[in-house]
Amino acid sequence: MALTLNINGQIYPVTAAPDTPLLWVLRDELKMTGTKYGCGIAQCGACTVQADGQPIRSCQTPIQAAQGVKITTIEGLGGNHPLQTAWVKHDVPQCGYCQSGQLMSAAALLAAKPKPTDQDIDDAMSGNICRCGTYQRIRAAIKDASGQGPTATPLLATTAA
Amino acid sequence: MNAITKTPKAASKLAAVTRRGVIVSATAAGGALLVGCSMGDVLSLGAKKTDFGAFGPFIKIDPDGWVTVFNKHQEMGQGNHAGLAAIVAEELDADWDKVRVEPSAANAKIYANTLIGGLQGTGGSTAIANSWTQLRLAGAGARAMFVQAASARWATPEKDITVKDGVVSHTPSGRTAHFAELLPDVAKLTPPKQPALKKPSEFTLIGTDRVRRKDSTAKSTGTARYTQDVHLPNMLTAMVAHPTKFGAKVDSFDATAAKAVPGVVDVVQIPTGVAVIAENTYAARKGREALKVTWNEDKAEKRSSDQIMAGYKDVADGKTDVKWHVFQTAGDAASAFSGALFEVSYEFPYLAHATMEPMNCVAEVDGHKVKLTFGSQIQTLDQLNAAMVVGTLPGAVQIETLPAGGSFGRRGNPTSDYATECVHIAKHVGGGRPVKLVWTREDDMTGGRYRPMVLHTVAVKTDKDGFPAAWRHRVVTQSTTKGLPGGGGFDPSAVEGTKGSPYLKATPVVDGQAYLADFPVTVLWWRSVGATHTAMTMEHTIDQLARKAGKDPADYRRALYKRAGADRHLAVLNLACEKAGWGQPLPAGVARGLAVHESFGTLVAQIAEVSLKDGAPKVGRVVCAVDCGVAIAPDLIAAQMEGGVCYGLSAALYGQITLKDGTVEQENFDTYRVLRMNEAPTVETYIVASGNPPSGAGEPGTPLIAPAVANALLALTGKPTTSLPFVKA
Repeated sequence: MALTLNINGQIYPVTAAPDTPLLWVLRDELKMTGTKYGCGIAQCGACTVQADGQPIRSCQTPIQAAQGVKITTIEGLGGNHPLQTAWVKHDVPQCGYCQSGQLMSAAALLAAKPKPTDQDIDDAMSGNICRCGTYQRIRAAIKDASGQGPTATPLLATTAA
Repeated sequence: MNAITKTPKAASKLAAVTRRGVIVSATAAGGALLVGCSMGDVLSLGAKKTDFGAFGPFIKIDPDGWVTVFNKHQEMGQGNHAGLAAIVAEELDADWDKVRVEPSAANAKIYANTLIGGLQGTGGSTAIANSWTQLRLAGAGARAMFVQAASARWATPEKDITVKDGVVSHTPSGRTAHFAELLPDVAKLTPPKQPALKKPSEFTLIGTDRVRRKDSTAKSTGTARYTQDVHLPNMLTAMVAHPTKFGAKVDSFDATAAKAVPGVVDVVQIPTGVAVIAENTYAARKGREALKVTWNEDKAEKRSSDQIMAGYKDVADGKTDVKWHVFQTAGDAASAFSGALFEVSYEFPYLAHATMEPMNCVAEVDGHKVKLTFGSQIQTLDQLNAAMVVGTLPGAVQIETLPAGGSFGRRGNPTSDYATECVHIAKHVGGGRPVKLVWTREDDMTGGRYRPMVLHTVAVKTDKDGFPAAWRHRVVTQSTTKGLPGGGGFDPSAVEGTKGSPYLKATPVVDGQAYLADFPVTVLWWRSVGATHTAMTMEHTIDQLARKAGKDPADYRRALYKRAGADRHLAVLNLACEKAGWGQPLPAGVARGLAVHESFGTLVAQIAEVSLKDGAPKVGRVVCAVDCGVAIAPDLIAAQMEGGVCYGLSAALYGQITLKDGTVEQENFDTYRVLRMNEAPTVETYIVASGNPPSGAGEPGTPLIAPAVANALLALTGKPTTSLPFVKA
């Protein structure tokens, strides 16, 4: 009884058992590896994808629960999403492993609140862990992408004379 | 610029312990005894001969004009790839927008890191320092070849030829040629041995905000390829059941139920546990859940962490007879400690690295042929350890180095623990069939290799002005070099930062001793290594002494730095104070805390603005002043200071791995709390202008935030912090 998944606007039949977490079907069966495994218990946000526009943790979502839902992954964000442009401009990533999940949470935030406040950003982004500590630049990039931030190169280092 | 040949003070911590031991291991692995060979020769035995192009092992220029720089170091987030490429591009006068970076092959003869004992590997914040001269010469050599080729082609003197942004020009005649056009001519030349290097005043790329990461697009689109993302034809995925106690072994196992799980291919015992081999990750996990293993815990560690710390205290108090290692002495310690002493001790817990990407590795073993594909941090050790599993020569172990989803030290370890596991499994599978070993978050967090537990006890006698007259210091911890070939001696990282502190240099009488306990819990270097505990110990003690003396903590430090001749400490302190507005009023309930520390040759001062919220410290603004020599990539240095503060603050606020009867109590992020967006401070970075050779930036921003916060809390509450984390579970 093969299930089908609607991912980034395409229908994929999958062979995995219905209780298999969406994360592992994306990664192992469909080879969409942009969505990351970080904790497996919905604590770190590295596996965040969108279900009908809402951020969800794919490591805790069995594929049977994703039937009839439009899934969007980092691969579906397009590459030119204003957040992705801002991420590059601010050199947000360090190791980069958490950033797919960060971007999917941030994209859902901006879709719901085009001009998020700092509190909105804290509320929407605190489920996504970054061990490299890129939080400050994530915040700057979200503000920039929402037209509230610096438009110049956000160079924070100043060489003292 | 003669100064470029000076190695940073951090130099070769690993070098001393690894050099001899590695040679012994390498020859053991190769089954031969070699006399009269260099270490690079030995470690690269069995390597395929590589024919590098005209520009040598670090630079390739394609017919389309793109310059590829080969990075011999590991890119684990710190951004070294961009700094290293900028060094080449600067001397080559390449077009920075047509420069890319690729990981080099693993070959200790060609790509050794001289600052970590001649191994190829990344650690101790040495990537830039180690490569500075090497890559400048490589870039300048390639540039000289283009100049020579153009001079010959145009029959003009070399002195009239200039190079800019990948274009070679002869201004008097107006002739120009792109690098690509000259490649056929250049291919006939050999790089000069000692090409002229630029003066720092001639740099046009280094030190500018044009030096940015090359991997941000890949990492913002989900296309960067990590070990976890490797899919090879016919690949299997494995998980290993490990014992819950350190030092336990497999007694017996029953694989019947595990093998019945759909997708499970095989179950096999390996030295560290029992491996479940499956067609995919989820099947491996389900198979492991169904596996039944009985463990032999006869030799396992069964103590709880509070019992381990109690043992440390007994050692420090002289209740246990041990052989101490004297790490620093000055003056006559026998009579200097009579009368009133200021005494304080600090307890530090085990810390997990908790990289976002849990440990993993892909291995293919076909007889004596081994290929590893993963985020290898110390390639030479990984080659050695893999070679010993299959009985081949270290150089014959091929490694494709991938970017790591964080490491903070975890991916480089003496026994290559997870990589070796993967080789054992791939050897069992055989035939060159690829096997991906996946550690779950729980495996990663309970798998050991922690920042060790540490106890520092300090007793200071002060002079009439309140400055230290005699300083007694005891450190009790474990060795991070145990298991490293030749690493059985004293681990210098246990005391680095206490040893060599300007405060001890300014103190007439010093009695510094350490004891390294040996028991089965595995430990490792953790971002900034010894400084993770010595910076807190020294900086928090100094603030308490300043307060006791009735002096401003910044002024108190200035006086000691002057006594010690610590000019660079003084400079970062003054810069941080100026930018932070030290001494200026703050809102009620907010206090500033200051810390200054040197690690890996880099000086950092941090001033944190801290308040208390529900009894826990809340950090707002952090001002960070850094002196890392020539600042090659200012924005990347800022990123490392921001990240270092967050990593250090996460540990200081919440980080602790605890054992109960030998079993780790934290398995995942629900119990091992880490810093999140809503708790992240705003970090401002200021870089001291310097013409000194560059030192590292990856680690030195980490260890100061704990003492900066502790010192702010001292100002707020009058109470010292004597153990971390600040927020106990």
